[in-house]
Amino acid sequence: MATAKPLVPKFDDETTDRKLAIICSKGNLDMAYPGLVLGNAALGEGVEVHLFFTFWGFDMIHKKRQKKMKFSPVGNFAMHMPVVGTRIPQWMAWWPGMQPFSTWYLRRSVRKLGVPTVPDFLDQISASGGHLWGCKMSADMGGLTMDDLRDDVEGIITATDFIEMTAGAQVLFV
Amino acid sequence: MPTQNMLGREIHVDDEGFLTEPDEWDEALGAELAKQIDIEMTDRHWEVVRFLRADFSERGETATTRRVDSVGGFSVKEQFALFPKKPAKKMAYVAGLPKPHGCV
Repeated sequence: MATAKPLVPKFDDETTDRKLAIICSKGNLDMAYPGLVLGNAALGEGVEVHLFFTFWGFDMIHKKRQKKMKFSPVGNFAMHMPVVGTRIPQWMAWWPGMQPFSTWYLRRSVRKLGVPTVPDFLDQISASGGHLWGCKMSADMGGLTMDDLRDDVEGIITATDFIEMTAGAQVLFV
Repeated sequence: MPTQNMLGREIHVDDEGFLTEPDEWDEALGAELAKQIDIEMTDRHWEVVRFLRADFSERGETATTRRVDSVGGFSVKEQFALFPKKPAKKMAYVAGLPKPHGCV
């Protein structure tokens, strides 16, 4: 049966004032990705997105450190090996070479999926209209200023600024 | 699956209105689909759509904005300018392809 009126996806009807704030607090390479993937997906759905980088997550927007994020199997019981059904035992996790190997392996797996590196991902998020913010307390603790951060970071803001800014937003803590 | 009449022919669509049979698409239909979502097609829009079509016929899945950028060479910023708010879905719709399934 042909429908009388063409069925057209409701692209713009769904564009509400939905707003999403994601707090990125981790500095390990694996934990940089959840916030980036979700923030990017939300931007693609026309949602206003703010990413707030705090504590260890500050490395994600640090010009130099964002390129050198690492991953370690230490304390991670879900680190499976390329061989099906095996995982890296914790007594091996701290072995010399394990952290560079795991980091290399994670980067490779991510790249194979066509997922960008952390700096490239932030470039994409910022090109899509996402907002990047640094946490004041983290900056003060590390003696860092805006000069140390990516150029697209809009500012270093306080916890109160963040709370005000995210009125009515959905907040995700990573 | 519903069908609907566009340009005097029957096309197969899903519940939202995305084409389910990519072979039923041609550029005349693409122009009609673009009109439905208020997009005025320029040469640049067509270049993006042609890339999506070519990439789909090669890989059997719709390119994400990331891929349209890294492989197609259309920056994400430009994609948002050409197909505002929801570029991935809008590009797929106009190109007569399913919504992209990739996360990034």
